[in-house]
This record gives sequence, structure tokens and C-alpha cells, in this order.
Amino acid sequence: MAVVELAIPARSAYLSLVRLVVDAAVGSLAPGLSPARLDDLKIAVTEACANAIEAHESTDAEGPVVVRCLVDDDHVTVEVVDRGLGFDPDRVTRLPAATDPRRLRHESGLGIPLMRTLADDVAFTRAVNGTTVALTVYRPPS
Amino acid sequence: MQLRTDVSEIAGWTVVSVYGELDVATAPELREQLIRLVGEGKTRLVLDLDGVDFLDSTGLGTVVSALKRARTHGGDLRLVCTQARITRLFEITGLDKAVPLLPTLDAAVAGG
Repeated sequence: MAVVELAIPARSAYLSLVRLVVDAAVGSLAPGLSPARLDDLKIAVTEACANAIEAHESTDAEGPVVVRCLVDDDHVTVEVVDRGLGFDPDRVTRLPAATDPRRLRHESGLGIPLMRTLADDVAFTRAVNGTTVALTVYRPPS
Repeated sequence: MQLRTDVSEIAGWTVVSVYGELDVATAPELREQLIRLVGEGKTRLVLDLDGVDFLDSTGLGTVVSALKRARTHGGDLRLVCTQARITRLFEITGLDKAVPLLPTLDAAVAGG
């Protein structure tokens, strides 16, 4: 397994850099992954990093947010590790149906549904000192 | 590349063409601009997203917020977008039901 790790200050200005690194690392280490799947992964990673940065801001947590790309033969996993207090992904507000006029009340809270849709697998691991979100996409057989 | 916008007036609509990355870092800038436009009475808005390279949930939220603001003030908001990777995000979140995605600027400013 190949591992590429990036530590960023917990500020949204660094999200563009995260996408560049994920694009370059996964693009070169997992060349069989289609551009569309790589785009999906970058969006999911951006959402996870935005949550991580928010967790740092809301708890005044110090230290970087770590983004770790793990490339294996059959899958790519990107872990986003924060030092915030964490949240319960299952307690995130369920969005009304798309046809429901109340749907428009929700300007935020779209991040986790997007992550769950765009990645093949999403795992949240909470610890006392932070949360790790692992986003996995599967590679086509070469 | 970060965010850039061009504003023009076409057939009674204020067209905001957005270029670059619309994410949690840059969306507040667009949000402020759209609030300002509606405040100036420009409530018939077209957002042209065909120049957007990247969109995240905060960007989607900004569109929803502008749509509500425009409608609250008696106007409307229409979206132009043909890029599959962007339109897909509206479909996944169901927002394409709330605000139709039109293929061209001409289609967006047509019909009043």
C-alpha cells in the first residue's frame, strides 16, 4: 500500500491545496480510477475537511487537520483526521424529500449526504481527541 | 484558481457568471455579492455555473440561499449549467427539483 500524507492548518483556504494533492497522489498512484470517480472523491474529501475545520474552529482545537491517502490494489481510501470534539453523523438532520417545499430550508447539512453518495464507503471513527473520516472508492480491476 | 464573477444585464435579468472553485472558502464572497444585488433591486437573477471547476455543499447552499432571497423579494433565480459533474450534485441533493438547470443563457432569460 502507498501512503501520501498532508497536514494543513485548520483553515478553509487550504481546501484547494488538499484537492490538488489528492488529485496528484491518487491520479498517479491509482491511474485506473476514472476522472469522474476522482472528482467524486475530491468532493467527498472537501466535505470531510470542511467538517474537520469547523470542528477545530468550534472547539479552538490546536494542531493540523491531517489528510492521508492510502492507495491499495483494489481501493483508495482518504482519511481526514481532526482534533475537534467530533459529532455524531447519525444525528445529522435528515433532509426532507426533494419534492418537499421544506427542502429549501436546508442550506447546510448537505455535506454528509454528499459524502455518503459520492464515496463507495464512509466510516466515522470518533475518539476522545478527534474524529477520523475514512472515504473509500473501489478501483476497477486492472 | 479561486473565484471570479462577471455581472451583466440581459433581457431584464441580472446574469452572474461564476468562474473557478465554489467551495466553503470562496462561497461567502459570492453569497455577499448576491445579497448585495438583491438589495439593489436586482431580484431576477441568472447564475451561470458553466465556468465552475469545483462545487461543494456550501456552494450548493449559497445557490439555495440566493434562490430564496430572490423569490422573497418578488423575483426568481435561474441556473445555467451543462457540466455533468456539477449538475450531478444538484441531482444527488434533490436541488434540481427546486431550481431547474437550463442548458444555455438564452434559455434562462427567455419567457419573462
